[in-house]
This record gives sequence, structure tokens and C-alpha cells, in this order.
Amino acid sequence: MTVILPAPRGSLGTGTGLLWLRDMLRIRRFEETCAQLYSETKIRGFLHLYIGEEAVAVGTMEALTPDDSVVATYREHGQALLRGIPMKVILAEFYGRAEGCCRGRGGSMHLFDRTRRFFGGNGIVAAGLPVAVGLALAERMQSGGPGRFGDPGHVGDNVVACYFGDGAVAEGEFHESVNLAALWRLPVVFFCENNQYAMGTALARSHSQTNLAIKAASYEVPAWQVDGMDVEAVASAAARAVEAVRNGAGPHFLELLTYRFRAHSMYDPDRYRDKGEIERWRARDPISILADRLREAGALDDAGMRGIEDDVAAEIAAAVAFAEAGQPESVADLTRFVTSEGGQP
Amino acid sequence: MTMVQALNAGLRAAMGADPAVMILGEDVGRLGGVFRVTDGLQAEFGEDRVLDTPLSESGIVGTAIGLAMRGYRPVCEIQFDGFVFPAFNQLVSQLAKLRYRSAGALSLPVTVRIPFGGGIGAVEHHSESPEAYFAHTAGLRVVACSNPQDAYVMVQQSIAGDDPVIFLEPKRRYWEKAPVDRAAAADPLHAARVARAGTDVTVVAYGPMVRTCLDAAAVAEGEGMSLAVIDLRTLSPLDLQPVLDSVRSTGRLVVVHEAPSNCSLSAEIAAQVTEEAFFSLAAPVLRVTGYDIPYPPSRFEAAYLPDLDRILDAVDRSRAY
Ligand SMILES: Cc1ncc(C[n+]2csc(CCOP(=O)(O)OP(=O)(O)O)c2C)c(N)n1
Ligand SMILES: [Mg+2]
Repeated sequence: MTVILPAPRGSLGTGTGLLWLRDMLRIRRFEETCAQLYSETKIRGFLHLYIGEEAVAVGTMEALTPDDSVVATYREHGQALLRGIPMKVILAEFYGRAEGCCRGRGGSMHLFDRTRRFFGGNGIVAAGLPVAVGLALAERMQSGGPGRFGDPGHVGDNVVACYFGDGAVAEGEFHESVNLAALWRLPVVFFCENNQYAMGTALARSHSQTNLAIKAASYEVPAWQVDGMDVEAVASAAARAVEAVRNGAGPHFLELLTYRFRAHSMYDPDRYRDKGEIERWRARDPISILADRLREAGALDDAGMRGIEDDVAAEIAAAVAFAEAGQPESVADLTRFVTSEGGQP
Repeated sequence: MTMVQALNAGLRAAMGADPAVMILGEDVGRLGGVFRVTDGLQAEFGEDRVLDTPLSESGIVGTAIGLAMRGYRPVCEIQFDGFVFPAFNQLVSQLAKLRYRSAGALSLPVTVRIPFGGGIGAVEHHSESPEAYFAHTAGLRVVACSNPQDAYVMVQQSIAGDDPVIFLEPKRRYWEKAPVDRAAAADPLHAARVARAGTDVTVVAYGPMVRTCLDAAAVAEGEGMSLAVIDLRTLSPLDLQPVLDSVRSTGRLVVVHEAPSNCSLSAEIAAQVTEEAFFSLAAPVLRVTGYDIPYPPSRFEAAYLPDLDRILDAVDRSRAY
């Protein structure tokens, strides 16, 4: 049976809390720097910032192991950092440097790292979902084929974490993919980052049913809405969903209610959102919520905060220096990697 | 054996040789495929390796991409040519470009089998020739078999290669029989072949039209004309060397396909041959193709598809220059 539940609240271990705070700040400050570098035209192409949504990536990725796979969107800088791709390699990619994780080919929307099982951002809305289904089918095949995954007592499988926005839920590929995953009981966790807008189009102007979890639930997929500004709530819901998926319960869906504080991309004048609405969401900044809680618990003071900020600033400065020193791929190399270099039989 | 049986045997051999090979598609398993190409494979290799999918073309190709990222060699069956378009996004924006986008980190050995072309009394969506869309897309390899021997060999080569292959099967030739020698030395996948040597006019075709052109050459021979027929086999990359070699001796080229002419393979071939062999040409490159209309109702099929008369007429026009 499918149930739609509010996420339970966990109890905050302060050690973990400080790590989460650091991770959220790494994403926030890194992206603030990227915005600056973008306006200096050091970064070109597109740039979609995650600022405001950090608790979603941090809370959900906490539940993953290095053997799990990740598929994300063009707004994937946070997931890439958390997956362990070095910040300097990500920034070099944004700069279009050969030192980037895709030799500068992918840019900000297409970060890949196969060895970390980070199977990419994607510039096509919803196109990552069917790919996540395939990755999960591969997991199931490796655990012994159909019927095996989900056997009683069958535990500990790798899962595929699939991120996408509220806008993607309107695409056919969402529906094909959730159906396939549920039909085949695949180990996918669908993490819907509902930031209330698909570019300039508000949720209610895109969706006849604005509770997106209900859509997933119609495929017999357990689906919950979660407060995506509260990293603790996100982490406990994700832990629960990922554990169930890992133990053969089939796909799960979390709708993470969040908000992007900045425009859709660096090109977007952001004229479609009410200032009051933005302020209301900013008042629930996921970083402040967590920092306040840590301070209340006595785990964080001004000096502690400064220490984290200083560490993050140093990491960013090193990343900028690395990217600045990098070189673009040569034009002559642009014909490489269209097909395999060994050729075809 | 028939081309259907040859494809079936080729798929069986590929699955037997490599446990990473899987088949996914609509009704490929229990039913054995609308055209029976996958008949018996699910019973032999199991439901996990021959997977019946719902009607989700985009889901099928996307799933194959994910499988390939983790080391599998999926073979997708698209039931009919016209049903590939719901998967276009995954094929063109993902499958074709992921290796490039990841600077070679991702290898996607996915074969997409598509029964294509007309001639079976079917209708729009079931008789189309979508090859140019895919040949236009860097990162996809596109091949078309014309006979059972090639079908048997080429499907295995496509699966064994490390790149995505759009594998076009001429459905009107599915039931034509020819011997298949499983032990014969194979030509490379991306090599055109002289199907019939000739000295007066060069005729180039692929897939379903190769048979038609060979029939035309037989008729022409009775009229004292010698046509060279070249089976392209590979549409991307093109292998025009045998065409150029032949044109350098005949001076005349007719290109034949079922697809409409506008921005088609024949347009590309005409351009390349003109660039490479301009001074050998005694006549402009002529084309015999489908018309630039949507595929017509089946009662008009004979008027739409290139046939002996239209091919021989083009040959005559070429010779009259
Ligand atoms: C198939 C497709 N259609 C349109 C676009 C243009 N586009 C890029 S992002 C976007 C909004 C997507 O919204 P959502 O899925 O909610 O993700 P968010 O940007 O809010 O994170 C659109 C329309 C696209 N990239 N791909
Ligand atoms: Mg959104």
C-alpha cells in the first residue's frame, strides 16, 4: 500500500550537524563565487545556482554510499561537490579547462565522474530519469536478475539517486520512468527538488495536481513530501527511503519542498516572483535554520562559524587559482570522443 | 534462411557469446517481436536478458543508456520505424552525445534495431525511412543490412562495437531467403560492398533498395547495359570509396532510396561524389527516391516507392547526357 506521510524528525547529532553545515556552506559560498566569476565572464555558457536548496543535496546524499549512483540535473553543483569531485576540478570544468572533470566539454550543466558513479547533470529536463532506471536495472541484474531484487532477506543493494525538478514531473519521461522503476521494483530513489518554479512558471501554472508526491504514489511508489529547508528532516526522510530501497522495497519518491533564492540562471531577470514570497522563503534559509539549532545545542559559536567559513574560503581560493591556471582543450581535439577511438569491428 | 531468421541467429550468437548482451523492447519476449526477430530468445536466455517493456520508447532507450553506463550491451528493438520518434530525445540528445560530453569517460555500446521502410502494405508510421535524422547526428553509427548474410553478421558487429549503432532492418526483405554462412569471413561493419560489378552506370543503394537495384541490373543486362550495384551497408560513417572507384570508370551515378530526397543520404552522396570525382562524371548524379510527402496510404505505395521502371529511367537519363 502506498502512504503519503510527513517526514519524521530525527535527533540532531552535533558532529553530523557541523558536517552538514560545512557542506551547505561549501555549496553556498562556492556558488556565490561562481556567480561573481560568471559576471566577470570567466565562466561562460549557462550557470544555474542551487543557493537556497542546499539542504536537499546535503540531507539526501548523506544516505548514499560510494557504490550508489547519482543522476542529476543542470543544477547539480551541490551534488557533484558532495559526491567528492574536487571543487577545483568542478571549477576548472566551469572555466572550460582541460583540467575539468570533462576536459571542459561538459561545463556547468554536465559534470560527470564515472569512477564516483556520478552519471551527470543533464541539460534536458527529465532526460536523466530513464537513464537512472537503466542504472538501477544494472544493479538489479548484478544482484541476480528479476525477482531477485526484492526477495525477502535480500538486503544491501546499491541504489540510484535520481534528482530532478518540479518542472520535470510534467514531462512524459518522468511518467515512463516511475512506471518502469515501479513495475520492475528497481532500486531508485526519486528526489524531486520542488523549488516551486520551472523557470518562470509557478507550480500551479504547470501542474493540475500540485502535490507531486500524489503523482508518484499513483504508480504504487511510496512517496512523501518533505520540508526541504530543514536538513534534518531531509536526512531522516532520505535515510528511511534509501534504506527501504536498499532492502528491496522498490523505488521511493521524495518531494523536497524548497526554493531557489536566486534567479533560474544567470540570464534570468527573475521578474515573475513576488518579493514578499522570496523574503518569506529566505527567512527559512536552510543554513540559518541549522546554524541556529547548533548554536542552541551549544555546538556552534561565532568562532566555530568563522573557522568553517575560513576553511571554505581557502578551498574556494585554491579552486579559483587552479581553474585560472588551467588551459582549454585544443581546438584540434574537438573531434575526439565523438565515437570510440578504437573503431568498430 | 530468411532475414528474420538470420537476425534471430545473430542475436542468439551475440547473447551466447557475451552475458552483457541484453534485449529490451515492446513484445520482444513472450511474443517474440512483432516480426518474430527475437522469437525464442526469452525462453533461451531468460526474462532478465530479454526484457518485455511497456510502451515507453524513451524509457527503453534511456534504460539502455543506464545499462550501458554500467557495462551492459543492450539491444533495443523499436517495433516500427515511426515509433522511434518518441525516443528521439534519448537517441539524439543523450545516446549520441554522452561520450563526447564526458570526454570519453562514458562508453555506450547500445544497438537500436529499427525495422524500416515500406513495401509491406502498411501505412504512415509503419513504413518510414528515418535514416537521415540519425546519420545527421554525430556520435551515432548508422547501418542498414540488405540480405540475410549481412543481417547475421552486421547485427553481431553492431553489438560488439563500443558505440551506439542505429541498426536498420528492411522489413520488406524480412522474409526473403538466402543462404547464411556462419563461418564466412566478415567484411568490416563500416564498409560498402560491390553487390554487382558493371561498367556503364553505377547504382548505389542500401537496405531494401539493394534487391530492387539488382533486379534492375538484371533487366538492364537483357537490354545490353551493364550496371554496377553498390550496397552501401553503412550510412554513417559513409564508405564511398567503392562508389568513387566505380564512378571513375562508369562516369555515371544513380542513387536510390525509399526516403524522401530533401536533405537525404542521396543528397550527401551526390555532394561528396561531386567533390571527389567531379572530372570523372559524365552526367549529373541522379536520384531515385520517395517523394517529399508523408508516407502515403498503402494503395499508393507502388507509386511512391522507387521501382525498376524509375531506376531504369534514371539510368537512361544518365546515359543520355
Ligand atoms: C526538454 C527541455 N525543455 C525545456 C528546457 C528549458 N528549461 C531549462 S530548465 C527549465 C525549468 C525546469 O524546471 P524544474 O524541472 O522545476 O527545475 P529547476 O530549474 O527549477 O531546478 C526549462 C524549462 C530544457 N532544458 N529541456
Ligand atoms: Mg523547479
